[in-house]
Amino acid sequence: MAKVSVTVNGKVRTADVEPRTLLVHFLRETLNLTGTHVGCDTSQCGSCTVLVDGRSAKSCTIFAVQADGSAVSTIEGLGKDGQLHPLQEGFWEEHGLQCGYCTPGMIMSAVNLLADNPAPSEQQIREGISGNFCRCTGYQHIVNAIQFAAAKR
Amino acid sequence: MPTSPVLPKLVGSRVKRREDPRLIQGKGTYVDDVKIAGMQYVAFKRSDVAHGRIVSIDTSAADAMEGVEAVFTGAQIAEFVAPMPIGTPFPSPDHRVVATDVVRFAGEPVAVVVATDRYVARDAVDAITVRYDILPAAVDPEAALQGKPIVIHDKFPNNVAIGPIPGGTGVSPDGKSVDDSAIEKAFAAAEIVISQRMMNQRLAPSAMEPRGVVAHYEAGKGTMTIWSSTQNPHILRTFIAMMNGMGESQVRAIAPEVGGGFGAKINIYAEEYVVAGLSKRLELPLKWVEDRSEAFVATIHGRDILGYIDLAARRDGTVLGLKMRLIADIGAYNMLLTAAIPTLTMLMANATYAIPAIRVTLTEVFTNKTPTDAYRGAGRPEATYFVERAMDMLARELKMDPAEVRRKNFIPADQFPFHTQMGAVYDSGDYEKALDRALQNADWDQLKKDRDKAKAEGRLVGLGLSMYVEVCGIGPSASLPTGGWEHSQVTIERDGRITATTGASPHGQGNETTFAQMLADQFSVPFEHVTILHGDTAVVKQGIGTFGSRSQAVGGAALHMAGNKVKTKMAKFAAALLEAHEDDIVFENGRVSVKGAPAKGRTFAEVASYAYIPVPLPPGLEPGLSDEAFFEPSNNTYPFGCHISMLEIDRDTGEPKLLRLVAVDDAGNLINPLIVEGQIHGGLAQGIGQAMIEEVVYGEDGQLLTGSFMDYALPRAIDFPRFELDNTVTPTPVNPLGAKGCGEAGTLGSTPSIVSAAVDALSEFGVTHIDMMLRPEKLWRIIHGGQA
Repeated sequence: MAKVSVTVNGKVRTADVEPRTLLVHFLRETLNLTGTHVGCDTSQCGSCTVLVDGRSAKSCTIFAVQADGSAVSTIEGLGKDGQLHPLQEGFWEEHGLQCGYCTPGMIMSAVNLLADNPAPSEQQIREGISGNFCRCTGYQHIVNAIQFAAAKR
Repeated sequence: MPTSPVLPKLVGSRVKRREDPRLIQGKGTYVDDVKIAGMQYVAFKRSDVAHGRIVSIDTSAADAMEGVEAVFTGAQIAEFVAPMPIGTPFPSPDHRVVATDVVRFAGEPVAVVVATDRYVARDAVDAITVRYDILPAAVDPEAALQGKPIVIHDKFPNNVAIGPIPGGTGVSPDGKSVDDSAIEKAFAAAEIVISQRMMNQRLAPSAMEPRGVVAHYEAGKGTMTIWSSTQNPHILRTFIAMMNGMGESQVRAIAPEVGGGFGAKINIYAEEYVVAGLSKRLELPLKWVEDRSEAFVATIHGRDILGYIDLAARRDGTVLGLKMRLIADIGAYNMLLTAAIPTLTMLMANATYAIPAIRVTLTEVFTNKTPTDAYRGAGRPEATYFVERAMDMLARELKMDPAEVRRKNFIPADQFPFHTQMGAVYDSGDYEKALDRALQNADWDQLKKDRDKAKAEGRLVGLGLSMYVEVCGIGPSASLPTGGWEHSQVTIERDGRITATTGASPHGQGNETTFAQMLADQFSVPFEHVTILHGDTAVVKQGIGTFGSRSQAVGGAALHMAGNKVKTKMAKFAAALLEAHEDDIVFENGRVSVKGAPAKGRTFAEVASYAYIPVPLPPGLEPGLSDEAFFEPSNNTYPFGCHISMLEIDRDTGEPKLLRLVAVDDAGNLINPLIVEGQIHGGLAQGIGQAMIEEVVYGEDGQLLTGSFMDYALPRAIDFPRFELDNTVTPTPVNPLGAKGCGEAGTLGSTPSIVSAAVDALSEFGVTHIDMMLRPEKLWRIIHGGQA
């Protein structure tokens, strides 16, 4: 077992984990933060996307021990003081989700996208979220949702 | 008189979804989020050969691992879990939940592990060694029909699962009497015959949430609770009860948040039976969650129908007859509805056209592949593809506008209900209106000029157009082995809030929102006062489920009926309270009052309260306000539409790029146009995916070559242009809402329109048909003179 200490959504979380424990399982199983989902096993789908030290990362591709000492943000920590984040608001306003399974990862990717490029073009949005699959929406309403958030900032 | 704010009419409005706040904050509960104290994990050892006889299974190393509770081989599982049941009346081979002697597709389970931890369970699976006597694999369906290289099931000679079944003109409904005179006459009179072999390829449904199940048998109570990522918890309950020798009352099935289904989660799978059976045997709560690599082999595939299409016509474009010889490669076994899906391709062969003579023959064949079953569209996209591609080839051969060939052959709008050659009764339609709207929105004449100009500049630009009609609102009980009704219960609570249940268990469709819109309007109460419950058989008394674009057309109709029953009773209570006649009671803006005398009324909550504390109780009434309805539709609904595509192919790389997708869909009356848009978008994405990038591929040895998202191309945001949507409204008479269903529409018209656009783009190379998907290599070879 290995001791890891990760700051998750602003709180320091320490636990003993098997060295092979994936970050996504550390979040979901050890910390009960089940908003981060697993949609594949080859790092394609992006459902497990979180922020590690402010950058989007697929948490199924990182061992928990690799995140030791890092700050991790998940969907659960995105809203502040009971207020939705502009991206969460955008996804709601623009019907950017159907089954909701890809949504947390999609939103976390979009957080990174807008941090890098606060006013992206539609093409830049489409490229920016192409590490995330959605099987329900055809992406158009997701693009609208990210445009909504970009306009609001 | 107290004044109430005027409530907006919600049906027909773009109401934001009430499901979203929990889902955008990571607060939804999907199956893998369910945890029970003492729960252990199940993992499956799967065959890594496509066809083979099991010689030996050594589980000793797995048994000895720390944390392993139990290991079972197929033979051991067979002692307490019965073979797989199916839901169709067709003959079916023996299908064990875990293989006992022969494996028939790569990925078929051969052993099961139960362990304290999901990592340990997987370690134990890896520690099991299985020796196989490898048999040749049947991969090509046409070769398989010759018995080559092998017969998979002893009782099914030449791997024929079903057929050939004849259908259409001159064929009696039972298929026993066949008169060929009409179809022969049609082809004898033809001035032109289009003949083409077309493949509608195999696809992986790929809901973003893989399947999963938690089963908790409580021995003290003799009850089973099963959480599953399913589209139909009530059907799951029926089968789990049956397979475990339990009564339905002892089984509670829960579909929590379900992360997409697309038809693939209609099935009740081996893993569900095994996990439930093991929970009962071991008296442990157990969880199994599918890996994506497992999903590619263990969850059903869709489509995979080969068509030999012949279309007979006159040179003015009038279609005289259609022949379709269909070969459906259904994989190794029959699943719940496997055998029935290709029959929907037969049923829809008439498409939107008044074709005087049609003959379809269908053969279903076993191969050493994952079984097929319902995938979004389920049989109808295949029919649409075959007919629409043939119509396009006819137009090209006759040098006619593809829109005009269609127009010439439409079933006229005044001919509904229309009895097709295939035995369907189309409820309502106005195909020319949808075509004209699409042509107008696309600016068809200008688009053709743009294409011609691009071509003159040396670019490879093409246009494609497709009509479609689908069978939805499934469907009268005669058409579904589970029954084809839907159920709802509406309760007005004592505080005037409304609680309703629906058996239409959603997995992204937004029924909590649309159904609340409907009841809010029906009772004229605030939207926030209505709660919709679903997905739990302990809460929802009865139900069938969500598939076949039926939520609104069948489930919504049941809700409406139950609402009406309660409203009638509530009006009686109000009449007693207001000393008026019940026929004069009106529900407006949260108040119940006497027509023409709004001052003479009470709040909705006051009347509700009176119904529960009925002093005095009006004569002839029972206390309370709750009633239920089963809605049995008189017929299916037949939504339709027209999709137009513009595509460009890179001359140097062969890479296709979709430039425009214009869709006009007619799903009858719409409850929430925002949600309908989302459904159409999603369908289009899957239809475009099939045309352009998706394909399940097997090697000659029966190994799946597209077994992960690295090899199976799921569309990404960059693969699509902005879709251009519009709709016409032709209500259906078969339900009180006039709604037809919209969930699958996008997968029908888009696909053939794109392939036709690719053929149009490459017309200078003399190509008349291209099989899907539009792999750049294939297109490059056409451009550069190789084989297609």
